[in-house]
Amino acid sequence: MFYRENGQFKSSYRADQQIFPIAQDRLAILVLLLVAFIVVPLGVSDYWMRAILTPFLILSLAALGLNILVGYCGQISLGTGAFMAVGAYAAYNFQVRIDGMPLIASLLLGGLCATIIGVLFGIPSLRIKGLYLAVATLAAQFFTDWAFLRIQWFTNNSSSGSVSVAGLNVFGVPIESPVQKYLFCLVFVVVFALLAKNLVRSAIGREWMAMRDMDVAAAVIGIRPVYAKLTAFAVSSFIVGVAGALWGFIHLGAWEPAAFSIDRSFQLLFMVIIGGLGSIMGSFFGAAFIVLLPLFLNQLPGWLGFSISTALASHLETMIFGALIVFFLIVEPHGLARLWSTGKEKLRLWPFPH
Amino acid sequence: MGFFLETLFGGLMVGMLYSLIAIGFVLIYKASGVFNFAQGAMVLFAALAMARFAEWFPQWFGFESQILANILAFVAAMGVMVIVAWLIERLALSKLVNQEGITLLMATLGIAYFLDGVGQTIFGNDIYKIDVGMPKEPLMVLQDTFQGGLLLSQEDLIAALVAAGLVVVLAIFFQKTATGRALRAVADDHQAAQSIGIPLKRIWVIVWSVAGFSALVAGIIWGSKLGVQFSLSLVALKALPVVILGGLTSIPGAIIGGLLIGVGEKLSEIYLGPMLGGGIEIWFAYVLALVFLLVRPQGLFGEKIIDRV
Repeated sequence: MFYRENGQFKSSYRADQQIFPIAQDRLAILVLLLVAFIVVPLGVSDYWMRAILTPFLILSLAALGLNILVGYCGQISLGTGAFMAVGAYAAYNFQVRIDGMPLIASLLLGGLCATIIGVLFGIPSLRIKGLYLAVATLAAQFFTDWAFLRIQWFTNNSSSGSVSVAGLNVFGVPIESPVQKYLFCLVFVVVFALLAKNLVRSAIGREWMAMRDMDVAAAVIGIRPVYAKLTAFAVSSFIVGVAGALWGFIHLGAWEPAAFSIDRSFQLLFMVIIGGLGSIMGSFFGAAFIVLLPLFLNQLPGWLGFSISTALASHLETMIFGALIVFFLIVEPHGLARLWSTGKEKLRLWPFPH
Repeated sequence: MGFFLETLFGGLMVGMLYSLIAIGFVLIYKASGVFNFAQGAMVLFAALAMARFAEWFPQWFGFESQILANILAFVAAMGVMVIVAWLIERLALSKLVNQEGITLLMATLGIAYFLDGVGQTIFGNDIYKIDVGMPKEPLMVLQDTFQGGLLLSQEDLIAALVAAGLVVVLAIFFQKTATGRALRAVADDHQAAQSIGIPLKRIWVIVWSVAGFSALVAGIIWGSKLGVQFSLSLVALKALPVVILGGLTSIPGAIIGGLLIGVGEKLSEIYLGPMLGGGIEIWFAYVLALVFLLVRPQGLFGEKIIDRV
């Protein structure tokens, strides 16, 4: 009733190919952005901003990057944490070694370094795929874990092994309060989501998807496997690297390699699976789900009037994650994003289901 | 020289333990084409069950004998692993038939998380010990040949013997029994196997039970060496490069791969580590496997049929 698209005529190819072809969608996104940029900073407590919204935004960005590789190009990666770490440590080095380095430039350069490492570890994908590739990306994970722990140069010879950044500012505006951090991340996420959405709609995105669906057929119709796979690795690790740099700089402030351990890689993979493989929207759903579920699980026993120990709560969390992964793979391999679009289909016909 | 040999033997022994876990991977891959990421979680689960049952049974049934407790715990843990196998087949795998390898891989990742959570909820998350009476004192050999002799751990020797025994049993099972032949048939082609009347579901339960059995054996040996705790499930990540190196479908490959990686790890740590800042054990196995993948993607003894790009 409210979600009707009849009467909305497209009279040009441009209009037909826009990201949100239905007027209600455009309006909804506009409202969402307004809420995110104006209402949330005014109305949300600092705790939510710092502990939930900022991590959610950064993890969404990382999941977005991973989704390009796994969901769109079909190259499974278990080394996302490694590329996040490369982004974070590279950005840190640019920041401390070059005087007057602008924050945004060092974040983007961090992403660029992650791109290089990502392409390097993506090279095996030209000869192998599937689970063999998963092992190759695990190698990246273990190698960077070790390198940032043991090679002093990367941490600027800090004695404790952890690095920290302080006094962040963009064009003279300090990034210190939770609201500023939130808005800073939000801008990054919105820009990158738009870029990613356009990339996957373009020729290169269709090449990735062809590669994912059937690589031999894709090669036959003239898609270069080397180019398609390496660009997917490059774009994916760039976004993941920037997300890693944001995670270190904005969310944590001070960090050590454990912040980007293999658990982080698995967590991001889960986000992508639960949210929806091959969906930009899904990355956000997945991140929201995985950030909110532990909070919910911690609160739930309180609401029901009994208490459980923290150990049990964390075990329950892993159990539920595990069960959900299997559940989603069986029941809805396209994740929450597919549920969302099913909902929209239903809404289109509502209230007359025929 | 004595030190070198000691390192070498140490590496061989650790490698044997990796092989024990790697065999579990190979079994499931060989018989169902699923790369089972949950093998580590199964090792932890089985070891937890074994450790806790051995502790609980004497209390519940009021007897003292450690040996009886161990035997009962072994049987009970094996029973639990069969139930786990059945549940995995029933709840996850049977619904994912005909899916791509990647989907199955991610499903086993989910199973791994689930098993980790369940195991620690039921059996607790402290460090437990398994005491099956393995001798702890190291063995001195070749005292005449080298100064100081060679120190060998008896536990490790026993582990090596157990692994060898396991391989022999499994080889006989796969080659000589009707069930073993059925398993290999299913591995080759699900549909063809089904069409000549091999019950796919039962085969899967059997395969996962056998993998559960090998996880239990690996868990007991690792557990009595290091204690049963969460990090046990991470040891399986070490077994991943082992299977890649040895070939995914080959049990001898798992053994040789394990030995190569065990030895390579120890020697590189001792002789290369100081130059690179130490701790290179963590990634050495992976980088070795990675380099190997580029040269010979099917592994040392793997079958040549492989998803080559």
